[in-house]
Amino acid sequence: MIELLVRDACIGCDICVRVCPTDVFDATPGGAPEIARQEDCHTCMICELHCPVDALYVSPRGEPDPSVDEAAIVASGVLGSYQRALGWKRGMPGGADDDPGVLIAFKRPPDPSDKVRTQLYEVSMRTYIDVGPNA
Amino acid sequence: MTTILTNEPLELCADVLVIGGGPAGTWAAWSAASRGASVVLADKGFCGSSGATAPSGTGVWVIPPGGDARAEAKAKREALGGYLADHDWMDRVLDRTWRNMDLIESWGYPFPHDGGATVRRGLQGPEYMRLMRNVVAKAGVKILDQSPALELLVDGNGTVAGARGIRRQEERPWTVRAGAVVIATGGCAFLSKALGTNTNTGDGLLFAAEAGGEFSGMEFSSQFAVSTAYGSVTKTAHYSWAVFTNEAGEDLEAVKDGHYSASTIGRALLNGPVYAQLSKAKERPEVQAFLRYAQPNFFLPLDRNGIDPFKQRFPITLTLEGTVRGTGGIRLTDGRCASTVPGLFAAGDAATRELICGGFTGGGSHNAAWAMSSGSWAGEGAADYAIGLGAYAHARDVTGAGGAGLRAPSDARTRFDPDAVIAGVQDEMFPLQKNLFRTEHGLRGAIGNLDGLWQSVGGRAIATESARDVQRAREAAALVATARWAYASALERRETRGMHRRADHPQIDPAQHHYQHSGGLDRVWVRAG
Repeated sequence: MIELLVRDACIGCDICVRVCPTDVFDATPGGAPEIARQEDCHTCMICELHCPVDALYVSPRGEPDPSVDEAAIVASGVLGSYQRALGWKRGMPGGADDDPGVLIAFKRPPDPSDKVRTQLYEVSMRTYIDVGPNA
Repeated sequence: MTTILTNEPLELCADVLVIGGGPAGTWAAWSAASRGASVVLADKGFCGSSGATAPSGTGVWVIPPGGDARAEAKAKREALGGYLADHDWMDRVLDRTWRNMDLIESWGYPFPHDGGATVRRGLQGPEYMRLMRNVVAKAGVKILDQSPALELLVDGNGTVAGARGIRRQEERPWTVRAGAVVIATGGCAFLSKALGTNTNTGDGLLFAAEAGGEFSGMEFSSQFAVSTAYGSVTKTAHYSWAVFTNEAGEDLEAVKDGHYSASTIGRALLNGPVYAQLSKAKERPEVQAFLRYAQPNFFLPLDRNGIDPFKQRFPITLTLEGTVRGTGGIRLTDGRCASTVPGLFAAGDAATRELICGGFTGGGSHNAAWAMSSGSWAGEGAADYAIGLGAYAHARDVTGAGGAGLRAPSDARTRFDPDAVIAGVQDEMFPLQKNLFRTEHGLRGAIGNLDGLWQSVGGRAIATESARDVQRAREAAALVATARWAYASALERRETRGMHRRADHPQIDPAQHHYQHSGGLDRVWVRAG
């Protein structure tokens, strides 16, 4: 469920307040939204996907996770990783024609100018193809 | 006096009101608007993110016309569905889905290209639903987000004439007077948090029943899906590459013909933890890469917990998906997806999907095809009906049809806590020994408890100060009601057919090869259809 709203990154656009299907966030006057009803979160990741500045972190757990540490999450690079995996950028769809799944199925690499997908493609190749199961 | 009653209401008139903004609701709204109807679409959450499709990715049951492909597609799941699917409806859905996929492409959905031809096998949920929101808005549909409906409005003849609800982020009531209403509120997964399903609490089923509507196939509501033990991502296709093991590491042999057996896994879960590992792809790096790319959200809970599912086993559980991936819902009376109540139409998971799936889940692809096809027919049917009423539609005297959880009798003395009621319903629906392995004894006990909960939601909720309080109380009532129709139907079907498993009647019984209809509020009824 939703665990973090990184206030330093948030621009107060309130898109998460608007799009959350279970109404988890409350807008606040002139500031970052609050996670007001965490218990209603159903871990659908929609807020992460629509956030234009990667300020949200949804834990994969269906229950609150007190171990989530903001500094560690920011440092880990996980913020925005789901957007990148789906080919979205800054809260906008990247186009299913370039879905990573499609690229693999048709055995074509991403457009080299698409640095995010190229990196994802290479990382995935390194992890899952070049390195053997026992490495 | 409660807060929400004191704020100025939003009052609108339309030919068609669509309740629910997932795939079925957006197709209904677009189709009605395309027939020249004025349309309002009210979504509990946000049209574009609500429901089971938006956070997901889904295959689509899309089969080209010509040749034997459609006959093969229809035959493939007939046995799984207990021979309850209807060939005419399957033909209609295959035909309509094929045409609707053309429309989706013409609206700019970026189907992948393999060389020159587009490949139209599936839809990425977030992008599909974002597109549908834009298409609906461009067609002139008025969208009300964060606006749960609370009850239908009916005229003196019992004909449906609109609905009433709340703008929950504004503490403001809304009323839409309409010539026809389409229920597209999704199935009901009993707040299990299965991916994207907590918006789907059976509200539309309760509204329909209060107006006199009926259901079909509510016994086919025992759909449980594998998810990681600590997360709620119920994406299951990749488990065809899995080996499921018990604590001792013994292979449960739960995967056959590319599908896992929920009952095999369920029986093992009753005896202890169960683990999965995508071992069948362990030595196949190209498969690993494909799986990872094809469905990023499957890996999300694993990645974020530092688990490599190809190399490590991870604990799994079965999460209830109820009628979302199960199949029961509002009974349809004709090809326009009309219900048994004049003025009321139903589409998507809120309507029975037995017509194309029988008693089994269609998986994502049949369900996506059903949502876009039934949504189209319901929207067109509702538009024609409403336009036929003319000005009379909005001149009728109407009253709210809502009861339990919303409006208590004036002499009601008891109060109920919605959260306690919801926990009570979940205690009856979540346990595998009650819902996956059903028995007469177990079902009778559960029905007794659910009847008690139904009595309690006839009283007043402990809090009605905010819009969210009112919504919660109403959802509690809808969950109890849906559970009662499901278990009453399960009790009546004394055989094992489709996903409905009776431990005390483990065989299919040719004498019960029929649909089961159900309905009722204080007195629930079930009869052969």
